[in-house]
Amino acid sequence: MTSGYKDLSITVEFRGGAELLFEKKKNELNLPGDEEWTLRRLLFWIRDNLLKDRPELFLLGDTVRPGILVLVNDEDWELLGQGEYKLKPRDTVLFISTLHGG
Amino acid sequence: MPVPCSAKCGKNATLKRPKTGDALCKECFFWAFEMEVHNTIVNAKLFQRGNKVAIAASGGKDSTVLAYVLKLLNERYDYGLDLFLLSVDEGITGYRDDSLQTVKQNKIDYEMPLKILSYEELYGWTMDAIVAQVGRKNNCTFCGVFRRQALDRGAALLGVDCVVTGHNADDIAETVLMNVLRGDIARLQRCTSIITAGADSIMRCKPLKYTYEKEIVMYAYFKRLVYFSTECIFAPNAYRGHARMFLKDLEKIRPSSIMDIIHSGERLSVRDGIKMPERRNCTRCGFVSSQEICKACVLLEGLNRGLPRLGIGKSNKAKLLLAATTEDRGKKKTVDF
Repeated sequence: MTSGYKDLSITVEFRGGAELLFEKKKNELNLPGDEEWTLRRLLFWIRDNLLKDRPELFLLGDTVRPGILVLVNDEDWELLGQGEYKLKPRDTVLFISTLHGG
Repeated sequence: MPVPCSAKCGKNATLKRPKTGDALCKECFFWAFEMEVHNTIVNAKLFQRGNKVAIAASGGKDSTVLAYVLKLLNERYDYGLDLFLLSVDEGITGYRDDSLQTVKQNKIDYEMPLKILSYEELYGWTMDAIVAQVGRKNNCTFCGVFRRQALDRGAALLGVDCVVTGHNADDIAETVLMNVLRGDIARLQRCTSIITAGADSIMRCKPLKYTYEKEIVMYAYFKRLVYFSTECIFAPNAYRGHARMFLKDLEKIRPSSIMDIIHSGERLSVRDGIKMPERRNCTRCGFVSSQEICKACVLLEGLNRGLPRLGIGKSNKAKLLLAATTEDRGKKKTVDF
């Protein structure tokens, strides 16, 4: 490895109906440390590696579909710079859909 | 870099409130959330001491949070309310049967009596059976019309003074948009009212009217409230879906859009001389209706006569048909569609 980054172990969870788009509700991931991992990069990685089908229900453009909340270690990603946030080892990223009836 | 709580409590913020843009810690958020619902209840004079109040409970996020918060506020501010849970079982296998389990859990967690009314016992038809008859195009019309009446009947059975529903700010804004898009002036005028009631029907109100969906979901998450979050298996309701996505896109650019749309709806008044449907009682079942025969009775008649499209679309045609059958009851006559 020459990039200077280490592999990154994080947890990704889906709730509030978002889990229906994925195989598993809770995913322990080990991401290759080839370059820096931002939340935005993670979103695309999730789309390409975890999403079963209908990517438009998760991603729109380069961010999550409006109505899906994102929390990193129980903190609103809107306080963390959203897609710009740099992931740290053992971060837990949670996606909660608000789009289901009630 | 942690962001400090805007309430200056010294803790770090956990979320950004869409309504105000404030960054709040968990505790200050809970306080603000509960305080705002309390203020809505007090300012709109929704309840009186000793009232019996039924919470329309679906097992979803909104009604679960509503039940939790009402119980909490009832105790904290001593409203003196008698709270009940009222659920409707539409008879949708794989959806309502699961969500009713959540409501049954709410009953235990919140120590409130629960009444469940089913479409099958009220109308003789489950939604599963209706969908088998009418297909998946207009089924939401049946479900919506029947649910509204089912809640009224449940409320009458429980003898409550008021039914509260979990409609949130996003729902209201969405409904304002929908009514504009459909040109439904009568509904546009009343859809933002926090209290709706006919002369002899039980009052309904929406204590979460000014509460953003994002905050409801965050509140449920941080309070670890259990709710059911599967979309109804019959509900592709595309038109509403577009309105919803449009609203969510607007919210992303300017979070106050939701409150602004509600405000526009509240301030809007229809000028004199515009003909509005008058409120009356259905001549068949006696429930409040804008027509001689209410929509629920028309739809039910259609189902029972094997003409499920009766009552969908133009109401004149249905009226003529119903009149024809009322006159010719007992006689054999073919009705041409």
